[in-house]
Amino acid sequence: MRIPCPICGPRDSREFTYRGAALDRPAPDAGADAWEDYVHLRDNPAGPTLDLWYHHAGCASWLKVSRNTVTHEITGAVLAGAEDKA
Amino acid sequence: MRIEGKGRIDRSTWYGFTFDGVHYEGHPGDTVASALLAHDVRMVGRSFKYHRPRGILTAGSAEPNALVTVGSGAHASPNERATMVELTPGLQVTSQNRWPSLGFDVLSVNDLAAPFFGAGFYYKTFMWPKAFWEKVYEPAIRRAAGLGALSGVTDPEECEKGFRFCDVLVIGAGPAGLMAAKLAAEAGADVILADEGTEPGGQLTAEVEEIDGMAAHEWAAKLWAELGAMPNVRLMLRTTVTGAYDQGTYGALERLRGHATGHGPRECFWRIAAKRAVLAAGSLERPVAFRDNDRPGIMTAGAVRAYLNRWGVSPGRNVTVFANNDDAHRTARDLVMAGVKVNAVLDARHDAPKSDDFAVIRGAQVCGSHGRKGLDGITYRTASGETTIMTDCLAVSGGWNPTVHLTCHMGGRPVWRDDILAFVPKPGAIPGMVTAGACNGAFSTAACLAEGVAAAKQAVEDLGLTAPDVTLPEAGTEAGGIFPLWAVPGKGRAWLDFQNDVTVKDVKQAATENYQSVEHMKRYTTQGMATDQGKMSSVAALAILADATGRGIPETGTTTFRPPFSPISIGALGAGSKGSGFAPQRYTTSHAATVARNAPMIEAGLWYRPSYFPQAGETTWRQSCDREVGYVRNAVGISDVTTLGKIDIQGPDAAELLDIVYTGLFSTLKVGKVRYGLMLREDGFVMDDGTTARLGENHYVMTTTTAAAGQVMAHLDFVTQVLRPDLDVSVISVTEQWAQFAVAGPKSRPLLEDLLETTLTAEDWPFMSCGPVTVGGVTGRLFRISFSGEQGWEIAVPARYGASLFDALVARAEAMGGGLYGMEALNVLRIEKGFLTHAELHGRTTAFDLGMGRMISAKKDCIGKVMAAREGLVDPGRAQLVGLKPVGEVQQLVSGAHLFREGAKIEPENDQGYVTSVCYSPTLGHSIGLAFLERGPRRYGEKIRMIDRTKGLETLCEVVNPVFFDPEGARARD
Ligand SMILES: [Zn+2]
Repeated sequence: MRIPCPICGPRDSREFTYRGAALDRPAPDAGADAWEDYVHLRDNPAGPTLDLWYHHAGCASWLKVSRNTVTHEITGAVLAGAEDKA
Repeated sequence: MRIEGKGRIDRSTWYGFTFDGVHYEGHPGDTVASALLAHDVRMVGRSFKYHRPRGILTAGSAEPNALVTVGSGAHASPNERATMVELTPGLQVTSQNRWPSLGFDVLSVNDLAAPFFGAGFYYKTFMWPKAFWEKVYEPAIRRAAGLGALSGVTDPEECEKGFRFCDVLVIGAGPAGLMAAKLAAEAGADVILADEGTEPGGQLTAEVEEIDGMAAHEWAAKLWAELGAMPNVRLMLRTTVTGAYDQGTYGALERLRGHATGHGPRECFWRIAAKRAVLAAGSLERPVAFRDNDRPGIMTAGAVRAYLNRWGVSPGRNVTVFANNDDAHRTARDLVMAGVKVNAVLDARHDAPKSDDFAVIRGAQVCGSHGRKGLDGITYRTASGETTIMTDCLAVSGGWNPTVHLTCHMGGRPVWRDDILAFVPKPGAIPGMVTAGACNGAFSTAACLAEGVAAAKQAVEDLGLTAPDVTLPEAGTEAGGIFPLWAVPGKGRAWLDFQNDVTVKDVKQAATENYQSVEHMKRYTTQGMATDQGKMSSVAALAILADATGRGIPETGTTTFRPPFSPISIGALGAGSKGSGFAPQRYTTSHAATVARNAPMIEAGLWYRPSYFPQAGETTWRQSCDREVGYVRNAVGISDVTTLGKIDIQGPDAAELLDIVYTGLFSTLKVGKVRYGLMLREDGFVMDDGTTARLGENHYVMTTTTAAAGQVMAHLDFVTQVLRPDLDVSVISVTEQWAQFAVAGPKSRPLLEDLLETTLTAEDWPFMSCGPVTVGGVTGRLFRISFSGEQGWEIAVPARYGASLFDALVARAEAMGGGLYGMEALNVLRIEKGFLTHAELHGRTTAFDLGMGRMISAKKDCIGKVMAAREGLVDPGRAQLVGLKPVGEVQQLVSGAHLFREGAKIEPENDQGYVTSVCYSPTLGHSIGLAFLERGPRRYGEKIRMIDRTKGLETLCEVVNPVFFDPEGARARD
């Protein structure tokens, strides 16, 4: 499996560490349910999903990777947080 | 026997080899199978369950019978297919699954007991009494029913692994694959053409036929050479593509040196990333089941032809052909042309074609075979009755199964075609793969050539290339003429899976006992579960199952084909990862000097660190460790602490980043000061701890534990890139860039003053201060921190000066009555002070558990703060950090042991905690330990039982403050 790192190009998946779904961190006062959701509860989608991967053996970028859990297709990868920085 | 004038072996050269100790000779180009058949050796092994004599069935990689051990001693490689092992000089080949010898095998009595060993035998017989399974039945079955054995010693053979990338991967170099590669290459694609054989041509290597007026195998060789001359083509012979995976990734096993003596890797396991693939894997001939159809001398018709045409060997002197299709008639034709006697072609079809060269008996079915360890006769049945004839070789063909396996590796199911009585690939089953030729159900050479061109055209056009015009060579168009015949009815055992001894009756019995799903039948009978994965038998078995259950073959379906297509040695899969190659090794700058002092090294992550530094006269590690602890407590000790993670943090928002990741406030830390920090995971549990120094207004250097350095780095990257990309801050690991040494003990100050040629006053360098220093003209960093409880410093210099600084420190320490200390002493020193490592920060402890709840600053948010405040995580009933000291007769403490109240029954409900770290404290003169105990800090002075059931140990302890030594901390501040 290969992930197209926007910095390094397509690289073997063993260079990456999987973290999980790309979620927004709740505010400190968002309440117990919101935090429980963020830390522990995950959807299990059959189809397109957006995950965070860390290119630990490459450029050390955190990526948002679009992936299909049914076909195993990887349709894209962008730098996580890039949109906020711009 | 060898046939003069036939075959493509080098008859001018002789290679000697042994089989079961007997010397034989063969030629370059031979396989072990062809060389044995040349010597009329027919019996080469025994079957798995009944130990029935087994001969060579095929001439290729699907061989289920002729499994042998190649080589001897540590080099022995079991379960090699004799049909695939190339003959090399001096090869030692041994038969398997027999004792004491192949000819006389004690366990062949199993065969006489066969009525008791039918389908489901293991399930039915060995279920009672239950306890007997593990102790009696299973070991006995494993001893009796084994294939080849491992040598039991380390394999000295090396394998290799590799990665390749291409536009078009063509799998198989038969007529379809060769034409596909030609078109793709001429279109300008980067092409890899892989074939598992030792010469190109696929089935053409076994046939007498012409393409474009040339001998077919010569046509293949010529095209292969032309492809090899193209810069955009890589040719891989002896390479089996074993699996199809996501995103056009293919596994492939290349046999390099194989079993030849000499140097270089035996095999290479490739991972090939291909934008497109053309599968041209050919087809496998299937036998027909009839009574005693497993006798050595009974082979597939195509194999007999291959041995004759390619290796110049006839597997018999008096051959009979039994078939249900036209293709097998070629075998009779080729044998007759080569001067070998052919009894007849027994063809099950009533309209089978006649021949002028050999007798064809229409409507005939073989219903039995005769002979002891090899075939000497058969009985066949026609409308006019049964006839027995003498024959020493029966060439059988039940038709051909397209090699669809790779198309099923991602869940695709093959599709049944009634016209050719075979499964063909489901189109699009593997994204980016097109199928062509015999594996696609196209059985004539002309059709293969055309399909190869068409498949490659599709592949290159998908890639945006223009397909050139390719003229199709002239070739034969004959194919098929098949009539359904899976098993000849009649009494006796008719074999399907030769390796696992599964019969037609077993499959029918499974159906009767309601194991009607093909997957259930497979597991109940073990059909297709041997090393050949049912390549020779599965389709016939499910046809019989379909018949027995009254369903059609398409409704019955196939079992799941999974990678690998053919066996891969673990050595090849793990190439490069055995012994010291298993993981990278990280060495500190003091490594060479440390090893020179005979320090035993232990692994800390990928790093190597010294356990202790033995001295003359010391016989146990404890003596060395106690001495080293004494250095630090009484004089001065030196230790390399480079392996702790160091992260350089710079930028206007550096302070804010630290406030986010640490529980404490770091924005208030003054330049030139160091602070201890605790880092939480977002779920509120402790991730890591360490000290962080503020070197400048916008410049910090963080230290992490050795084990968590990578995790913390990824965490900081996550915070700066994902959570807070707005922060103007840069983080980078500088662990390897700085060599760092701890200098600890009451004499540490004078040592450093001498080294740095300056004074280090308590006013300028108080506890937890830091700053730049000059060491022999080099700018370094000095931190006044302590992990031992003594006055302690850590001095860092750029790594290239590390070895030199190490020598300078050690020489001074030894002159002052101190010296080096290793990990054992370091651990004792920190336990005496109640300092933490990942024995305590093991992922299930909170700041509260560690007595550090107040370190979570109320003035700000930080990672993990919200979740750490959950009710359950601050429950006073939680197990919290305490110290333990033994107070009874037994003085031993063990980490991992559990804690119980005096008088409580030893059962899980009464478990009150556990021990994490223990040592003997030479400073205090007794054992000490750190533990987590329910409501621990309120129980100082209480007696508690430490129980280790695995060691049968019980120690009565007193609960004490975890800071055993100098609880006021005066020595570190001194
Ligand atoms: Zn990258």
